[in-house]
Amino acid sequence: MEEQEHAHPRYILIWVVLLVLTLAEVGYAFMDLPKIWLAIGLIIMAVWKALLVALYYMHLIYEPKRLWVLAVSPLPLAVILVLAVITEF
Amino acid sequence: MSNAAVATMERKPMPGMKVYNKKLGMWVFLLSEVMFFTSLIGSYIILRFAHPEHWTNPGVVLNVPLTATNTFLLICSSVTMVKAFAAIQQGDVTGLKRWLLATIVIGAGFVGIQMVEYVALSGEGFLPALDAYHAVGRGNPHEGPSLGGPLYGATFYAMTGFHGAHVSIGVLCLIFVYIQAVRGKYTLADHEGVEIIGLYWHFVDLVWIILFTIVYLI
Repeated sequence: MEEQEHAHPRYILIWVVLLVLTLAEVGYAFMDLPKIWLAIGLIIMAVWKALLVALYYMHLIYEPKRLWVLAVSPLPLAVILVLAVITEF
Repeated sequence: MSNAAVATMERKPMPGMKVYNKKLGMWVFLLSEVMFFTSLIGSYIILRFAHPEHWTNPGVVLNVPLTATNTFLLICSSVTMVKAFAAIQQGDVTGLKRWLLATIVIGAGFVGIQMVEYVALSGEGFLPALDAYHAVGRGNPHEGPSLGGPLYGATFYAMTGFHGAHVSIGVLCLIFVYIQAVRGKYTLADHEGVEIIGLYWHFVDLVWIILFTIVYLI
């Protein structure tokens, strides 16, 4: 039997960060900036929020490295899929 | 409690991946879900590049403040879900039930608000799969210039609809887990089911974070 021990992340602090990032996203989306800069900034904030959820709420940060490898394995495939679709355009 | 050292449940033998089988199974399922939503997002990107005239600026057709509130709700439900898991990790069955119930209520609230949004948008003429529909825009339900085009509505309802279905299934699963908790199934030593549904629920939240940005804000 294996037993793992770790400290709980600061769930409420992460929740506050997610809330602040959501508000920042909404505010940023309506700024008078070129579309490309809006898209880049919004995607950075969205990925940041997604990482916080995956690492701390899904506890990926405490998982074995092999699960990490498994968890990130579809990301290159996802990028390839999107790029392949875009080349059709 | 946030920094308290806690011992997770005793694990069953797990050669190879070093996680128990149900958890590995859920991760593999979630990875297939990543590809599912990637196909939707990829399709959205090419359609938007190919026909930018079908889309409008953020907030013109879609109700961003309402959906931002809904996003906030879903993020809150992730916190309550993780608190439920933290509670049972310490053997607190009462806390588990309380936080699970909160997660169910908030999750159902998310679906309810999405329904309200759909009803309002469809009332304004923002519908998918109609040959000649044009979104009219918020505040001018039946007047003013036509905005956007059919692809906007089709992709919007496809992406948010599939996500909404995932949330609805998640709420049903949470209700099942809650009933199991009430029946005393979960203990300090055995709470795999809570962790499994938690992974699914957080994934649904994660997907919404991406969809909210792509569909509503860009």
